[in-house]
Amino acid sequence: MTFADDTTLTRAGLPPQGRGRVLVLACGALAREIKALTRLNGWDHIDLACLPAILHNRPERIAPALRKAILRHRPNYDTILIGYGDCGTGGAIDALCAEFGIERLPGPHCYAFFSGTAAFEADGEVTSFFLTDFLARQFDAFVTEPLGLDRHPELRDAYFGNYETLVYLAQTDDDALTARAEAAARSLGLAFERRFTGYGDLADALASA
Amino acid sequence: MADEDDDIILSELSDEELVEQMMDDLYDGLKDEILEGVNILLERGWTPYRVLTESLVAGMTIVGRDFRDGILFVPEVLLAANAMKGGMGVLRPLLVETDAPRMGKMVIGTVKGDIHDIGKNLVGMMMEGAGFEVVDLGINNPVEKYLDALVAEKADILGMSALLTTTMPYMKTVIDTMKAQGIRDDYIVLVGGAPLNEEFGRSIGADAYCRDAAVAVETAKEFIQRRHNQVNA
Repeated sequence: MTFADDTTLTRAGLPPQGRGRVLVLACGALAREIKALTRLNGWDHIDLACLPAILHNRPERIAPALRKAILRHRPNYDTILIGYGDCGTGGAIDALCAEFGIERLPGPHCYAFFSGTAAFEADGEVTSFFLTDFLARQFDAFVTEPLGLDRHPELRDAYFGNYETLVYLAQTDDDALTARAEAAARSLGLAFERRFTGYGDLADALASA
Repeated sequence: MADEDDDIILSELSDEELVEQMMDDLYDGLKDEILEGVNILLERGWTPYRVLTESLVAGMTIVGRDFRDGILFVPEVLLAANAMKGGMGVLRPLLVETDAPRMGKMVIGTVKGDIHDIGKNLVGMMMEGAGFEVVDLGINNPVEKYLDALVAEKADILGMSALLTTTMPYMKTVIDTMKAQGIRDDYIVLVGGAPLNEEFGRSIGADAYCRDAAVAVETAKEFIQRRHNQVNA
């Protein structure tokens, strides 16, 4: 079975697939990683559904979209795990989890739980701009186009002038993807650093689902 | 449309037409045209304050309104702001020399742990355009830096900005420190940033949450007016 492509995961999301009793309702940006982990570990009890990853750029829309999805899918599952961190929602996802009695992934965002939440918080890298595998692949859809840098490259420093380094948190070893992330760093005028994180805390969170 | 615009000779327009055209040019982020328009109006004897308010601030207010209504997006606002900044560069030294109204003084900065400054810069520029003196502390400001600047600058207003939900709670740290030092009520405290809302502003003890630059200006004016009324009562 072919898996949804990145553009679909960015713009449309993914309906539930499988016949598990646990639904992971996640950001489209995590779809491949969650799928890889469930396949690798034989977690057949876990189904995956994704909201469009581009909601990342409009965090105020995430919790309302999750609410709709929870209400739609809840009758079909024993439990739901929210595959988001706080993701810039200012506690709105936590409030939703409390309301429905469900859990979400640990930490403020995917950069943190890929890095290991504790390690990420300790680092406190305020001048680093992060990419994951998904964001490296979808850099134009998430950064270049919405910020208008394709049409107005002169705006680059208004957005990124205070950043120093683009840190690529790599979930996989992929030379082509590393090259894309490095090109992204160059296009933003930032130093480049690659850190292999694997799936970080994501595996533990799914294992306990 | 662009071809039509190319044919317009700014210096041949009447004052009214020129101001209208400058507002269009500001909307389109045309910095060179704004600079030219500002210089023409000055040459025609307009006061710097009049140029500022009737062309740049008026134009930027339209940009802000259309951003709020979802007609314009961040890139377009930044281009417009950059054009206004160009005009301000010409006007700023002239405003100091002339008797432009002085509304009050604001210390503004992005909070500790946060390096995002687009919104803060827009607020600073619009406040300046409205006649406020603005001391910009930049990004990643610890509480001491805010408090030192408030005292050193004899400011009326503290403006704090944050883009991250992880950094916005630091605003409360600053306000709590002001309370502990007994200086909270000496200043008007305005807060803003994408993840904030009115409830958050109230809960941390700010005087107001400002959802955008135009609201920040109006709110600041209102609070300064109230202060004057209290002093004069």
